Order: sequence, then C-alpha cells, then structure tokens
Amino acid sequence: MPPHPQTWLRVTPAGLWCEPGDFYIDPSRPVERAIITHGHSDHARPGHSAVLATAETLAVMRVRMGEGRAGITQQALGFGERLDLNGVIVTLRPAGHVLGSAQVVMEWQGARAVVSGDYKRRYDPTCPGFEPVPCDVFVTEATFALPVFTHPPASGEVQKLLDSVALFPGRTHVIGAYSLGKAQRMIAMLRAAGWEAPIYLHGALAPLCALYEEFGVSLGPLLPATVANKSALVGAIVLGPPSAVADKWARRLAEPVLCMASGWMRLRQRAKQGGVELPMVISDHADWPELLATAEDVQAPEIWITHGREDALIHALAGQGILGRALHLVGREEEGE
Amino acid sequence: MSIPAFATLLERLLFSPGRNAKLALLRQWFETQPDPDRGLGLAAIAGELSFRTAKPGLFRELIATRTDPALFAMSYDYVGDLAETIALLWPDDARANAPPPGLAEVVETLEMAAGAEVPAIIARWLDGLDAGARLALIKLVTGGLRVGASARLAKTALAEWSGQPVNEIEELWHGVPPPYIALFDWLEGRGTRPDPAGVPIFRPLMLAHPLEEADLISLAPGDWAAEWKWDGIRVQLTAVPGGRRLWSRGAEDISASFPEIIQAMDFHAVADGELLVVRDGVVAPFSDLQQRLNRKSPSAKMLADYPVAVRLYDLLFEGGEDLRPLPFDARRARLEAWHARAQPARMDLSALIDFEDFAGLEALRAGARAASMEGLMLKRRDSAYEPGRMRGKWWKWKRGTQNVDAVLMYAQRGHGKRSSFYSDYTFGLWREAEGGEMELVPVGKAYSGFTDQDLLFLDKWVREHTTNRFGPVREVEPGLVLEVEFDAAQRSPRHKSGVAMRFPRIARIRRDKPAVEADRLETLLAMIPGG
Ligand SMILES: [Zn+2]
Ligand SMILES: [Zn+2]
Repeated sequence: MPPHPQTWLRVTPAGLWCEPGDFYIDPSRPVERAIITHGHSDHARPGHSAVLATAETLAVMRVRMGEGRAGITQQALGFGERLDLNGVIVTLRPAGHVLGSAQVVMEWQGARAVVSGDYKRRYDPTCPGFEPVPCDVFVTEATFALPVFTHPPASGEVQKLLDSVALFPGRTHVIGAYSLGKAQRMIAMLRAAGWEAPIYLHGALAPLCALYEEFGVSLGPLLPATVANKSALVGAIVLGPPSAVADKWARRLAEPVLCMASGWMRLRQRAKQGGVELPMVISDHADWPELLATAEDVQAPEIWITHGREDALIHALAGQGILGRALHLVGREEEGE
Repeated sequence: MSIPAFATLLERLLFSPGRNAKLALLRQWFETQPDPDRGLGLAAIAGELSFRTAKPGLFRELIATRTDPALFAMSYDYVGDLAETIALLWPDDARANAPPPGLAEVVETLEMAAGAEVPAIIARWLDGLDAGARLALIKLVTGGLRVGASARLAKTALAEWSGQPVNEIEELWHGVPPPYIALFDWLEGRGTRPDPAGVPIFRPLMLAHPLEEADLISLAPGDWAAEWKWDGIRVQLTAVPGGRRLWSRGAEDISASFPEIIQAMDFHAVADGELLVVRDGVVAPFSDLQQRLNRKSPSAKMLADYPVAVRLYDLLFEGGEDLRPLPFDARRARLEAWHARAQPARMDLSALIDFEDFAGLEALRAGARAASMEGLMLKRRDSAYEPGRMRGKWWKWKRGTQNVDAVLMYAQRGHGKRSSFYSDYTFGLWREAEGGEMELVPVGKAYSGFTDQDLLFLDKWVREHTTNRFGPVREVEPGLVLEVEFDAAQRSPRHKSGVAMRFPRIARIRRDKPAVEADRLETLLAMIPGG
C-alpha cells in the first residue's frame, strides 16, 4: 500500500513541505530548498538558498528580484525531466499559466501527488498548455471557484477592444494587465487578431516582455509609452500594470479609455470600482468549468485547495465523489489577475 | 442579433464616464441598427419602454431548476445582485441550438403573450444568449434598466447624428411613439417632418443666464421686465384637444404626481410656470414640494398636506396659436388677458416688479428674505420665447449666497474627465458629542466651485492624507478647511446632521484656517429659514 500523500506532504508555516525530499513548494518565507512553480510574487519569493524551477521561471525570478536574491544556487529542470531528491522523483509539467509555469509532480514509494501552482486550460500563445497528470492527490488553487466565473472566449474580449479602438480613434486605449503573463498574452492575442501597429508599454512591463522575446515568444513592435510621444499615442494601444492604469500615469494620455484584462472583470462591481471603462474578461487562472474538468482529468480521489473560494469547490467536488480539503496556506491573498 | 448588440451598447454606456463617449456610442447605434430595433433600443434608454410582464420572482424560479441551490446561494451572496447572478449562472450549453432573439421579437412577444406562457418563452430566449446579453434581457423585461444615459442625452445623440436641432427632436418626441419610425424616416431624409398637432407634446423651455454684477452696467432699465424667481420647480402645462400634460423642465411627464393641476387645466393652451406648495396664499419652502416629487400616485393625505399651485410666467400657445415668436411684452399681455378670462384654478400670475433703476431693484432683491424666493428674473421686453439658454435675453439674478467653513471628511473619484481625480468631497461641521468631545458630522457633498488648480491641490491632499478606504471612497484626516457656499439651508430628517444644503459648492480652500476653527453645526442650523 503506497503511503498516502498526507503522510509525506505537509502544510507548515512556510508552506507545503515534502518531508522525505526535504524541499518546499512555493514557500512563503526563505528556506533551504524550494521548488518554484512560476514567477508570480505570491509563489516566487526572494531569499531561498537553493531554487529548482524551469529555466524560464529562474530567468523571470532573476529579472524581477535581481541575481543575488533569486536563490543562492539555481537549478533548471526541463518539462518531463526526472530528478531524484532523496528518493522522491520530481518532474515538472506545463501548467499553462504564464511563461515557465509548471506543475510539480512528486512520486514517493508508488504514491503520486501533483502541486499545480496556478493554472488555466485555455489556449495561450505564450506558454505550453496544461498537461493533466493522473495522481492520488491533486493540489489546486481556487481563485475563480464559483459557478459565476465562467469566462467567455478570450478572442471575443480582444475583439471588443479592437471595436472600441475603431469607434474612438481620437482616444488612447490603456490596458491594465499584470506585468508577468497577462501583458504578454494580451500582446500576442492582439497580434493574432491582426493588430500590427506598435504597442506602447509602461516602463514596468518592458523587462519581462524582453525576456519573453528571448525565450522565443515574438511580440511584434513594442515602444515605450512616455509623455514625450503623447501625440503618437492617439489611437494607439498602451499597456501598463493595473496600478499605473488606475492612477495618475494614465491621465497624461489623450482621453484615455481605461481597459482592464482580468478574470475579475466578470463582475460588474469590480469593473465599476476600478473606474474601468472597458472591462475584458481574460483570465490566466482556471474558471469554474476548468476547475471541475481538471478534477476529472487528473482522476485524483482527493483534491487539496491552496487558496481561493474553497467552500463552493469542496461542495461541487463532493458531488463528483471527490474529497476536497482546504489547506489555508498563509501568504496567498486574492490573486491579482 | 439585436439583443446581444443592445447588451453591448448598454454595457458600454454603463461603464463610460464621459459624455462624448456616450454620444458616440449612441450615434453608432442609430447608424448601424435596423428599424425597428434601433428605435426600441432608444425607447428603452429614454425610459419610454416598460414591461411589467416579468417579475424578478419568475427568474428565481427559472434558475432554481437549473442550478444547485447551495452554489446559487454562495454565488448570490458573492455577487450581490440577483439579476446579475442569474445571468452569470444560467447554463451556456443550450446556446448552440437557440438563436438569440431580436429586440422587436422580445417587445412584440411580451405584449401578446399570455401570462402562463411567459416563463417558457423567456427561458428559451435566455438559452440563446451569453451572460452579458442575458443580463440585458432580464433588466429589460423586469423594468430595471439603468444605463447611465438620460433621455436628453439620447436626443442629443440623435440630433448630432442627424444634423437636426435637438429642440426640434424634443418637440416631436412625445408626438411620435416608439419605435419612432416616422422620426427616423424624417431624420434620414426619407420622410416629412412628423406632425404632432393635437397631441400633448413638450416644447423646450427658454432658460436664463446667471447675472454677474458686471453685466448690469450695460443694461438699460427700460428694456427689462423684472419678476421674482420662485423656488419651486419649473414646469410646462400643456392642454390640447388630445390630452393634458404637466412636464418638468427636463421634458419628463410628471402629470401623475400632480393630479390636481391636471384637473385644473381646463383650457386649450401651453403655459410656463413654477410649481409650488402654497398654503393660504403663502408659498412653502422647497422642502415641502420635495415631499410631492417622484410620487406616482399621491395619497389624499399628501394632496391635503402639500397642496400645489402654479405661478405662471409665460404663455406659449393660446388655442392653436403659437405665441413664441411674439416679444415678451406682447406675450405677457396675452397671458394676463387669457388668465383673466379663463380663471384657471390653482394658478396665479407671477407679478411684474416696478422699478426705476437697478440700484432700487438690488435693494428689493437684498430685502427679500423669504425662502420661497430664489432671487430675481430679468427678461428682455422685446425677446421672443426661444428654447435653450440664449445669452442676453433672460437673466437670473440670484439672492446673495450663504457660506460655512467646513472640514473635508471623505473624497471620491469623479466622472468623465475627472475620473482619475478625487473630485467629489463630503465635508462636515463640529458638534459636541456625548462626553464633551468634539466630533465632525457630515453636512453635505460638493463637486464644483473650485478651479482646476484647486482640484490638483485637493486631489494630492486627499491621496496624502487618506486614513481609510471603502471601495472608491477615501476617508481623510480632519485637517483641511473648505469654505462652502450654498443657496439655502433646509431641515432634513434624512441627514444625520438634520440639515441639508441647496447647491453647495467649494468657494475657497482655507489652507490658512486650522480645522478646529471650522464652523459648528449650530451655525448652519441657525441659517434654516424660520429656525
Ligand atoms: Zn500566478
Ligand atoms: Zn498565485
């Protein structure tokens, strides 16, 4: 009888800890050995001694934190490569969330647990798609775990933006998008929809866009959005981090149309509160149908939930005969999306 | 595809803070949508289309058979709005097989359908729509459409799109029923101007400019007629063979709220006047009239406690004759003669004031402390009755204003050009709390009066002194004094402070004044007329 993952994968104050392998996954405080699923700041924190992740995630961490703080030693592991850590076999599989995002697959004495990090099942031209791995315990997030979060096809949302640009040629469309993942996906989708003009970037987005390019994700012509070229920005599309778009920075542009690309835009109140004129429901996290479909695909009898809306998901999983369990990990607030 | 297209329009109107953006969206709607859908959409936005066929309970029952009750409860709790929750939760799987309904199909079907068929019809429609369009349909058929665009804005968009003056459109509006086919035919040059004769329609009002002291110098007293500006609401009384209507200055039909006025309109004429609460010949404060506003069918007690009357300013039509091209003096003579002859109940004339020169008039104005008088009106004796605010024809010369020094308490982001600035300010005055401590009580809200430079300062100050956030609202340290100017103070049981201001605005930022030296609530209470 293989050992149940709850006997070797534990919740500690620092986060999920694999006892026989003696490593943490996405720990919330500095540890000796960490495996990092992806580069978002609630998963990848500075100050660990040894860090294991995909080459892309390691590069993201270096860009965001600086060389010294992204782990004293860094070890890259490619998708599908097997690594033995004290008898625990570790493999990384694509999570489809952002560039480099990975699920951590752990096998120990015949039992298998998968920590998915953040993930989505929709097509994303900037990173490989999620691969379900059958397992005994699947660890999932539950950011959008309510049936009201059924996200529409992203292409329709991009079309809304292009329609608006055509209707308001004298205005500048400013899109709030997270600097890692959402911004690059937005750009890639605009290119796929035929937008060939330069896309202008707030300074905070430039380094990660450059990194995506280095990893072979081509984003087309990108230019800095500065006050100096305000007139060039009339009729243009500008991207910035959500905080800058909601605040003073966006005001300097020509009659800005504030747009936000986020799964939270599914709710009107969210868009209203943020002063968003054009909400676009585009998410890098699984929506409700994707969460339920994934639960079925991985065939796990037990699903652990790291953060988000556990109650609804546990209720729905029970209906599918799956045991849901809330981990209440510290350090994970509502996903900025 | 028109329900989805209509839903897109509504959503964009709702989220667009700018007036120009809303106008562009509406123009595009008129340009791209076919008849009769574009007219039905226009009617829905202008509040001229209302169904009572479907009650929210119907949707609750429909969704109950399609969702898990526990998940529904959690979702409703999270979203907060029933219609939105239902729209988001409605299953998507039937969509491929059900085509989306058209706007005209929805309107016509609901007019014809028997009550028992309605749930099944609505369910079939919902099956064919995505979440945004489902929400639009639910709001449309339950009469809960709130789109952030007024009827006036829709008419302005129609005017911009067609090149016809907005006042022409306003004038025809109530003579052409939705979906306004004849109106669109005329606007697109395919048909003649619709003839509204015999139907009670609204005629756009002539409005006055505020008078600055400097303007007075250039005026010759003999050219001008003066009368009091009464503090009620401006109304138009339309009585024609086809019906009687009482209109607000915004072309809203308020007949139902004032049945006694409608009953008294036993004549064939169109008149302009001020609606007031009058008891024994004495005009009551505006707050009394407020009790009557927005009540669709006032009770007998309301009618007795707050009796209304109209003080007439002008006569626009007598019988079928359009008097508007006549000069003011001639219209006034016609008004007086007509009033003497018709003797309508509940209507008297706004008296003209004799004056030699403006100094004498100013003394009169300063002496008028009755709360029911807002100030004076000056009307050029040779001016025709022209819609809108024509410079140099009519002036309003308001009574001197009052002010208090208040402390800024909360700020909220504004709309339109100001959407990234904290430009809506709630301010308070000091009062003694239990235990002798001084506390601030909010007394009003203002979002005008200041210069652009003031706005930059206020915005920065708010950001740097925020102590708390509630959604879009920031609470700030009690550290900034604002001189607030307002027209009148009135009692208000709805406010925590017990007092409300008419038209408050920020006159000055008193950076020189420490917050503890701002006014006390008693100061404002003492300004309420009649104590
Ligand atoms: Zn993430
Ligand atoms: Zn996350």
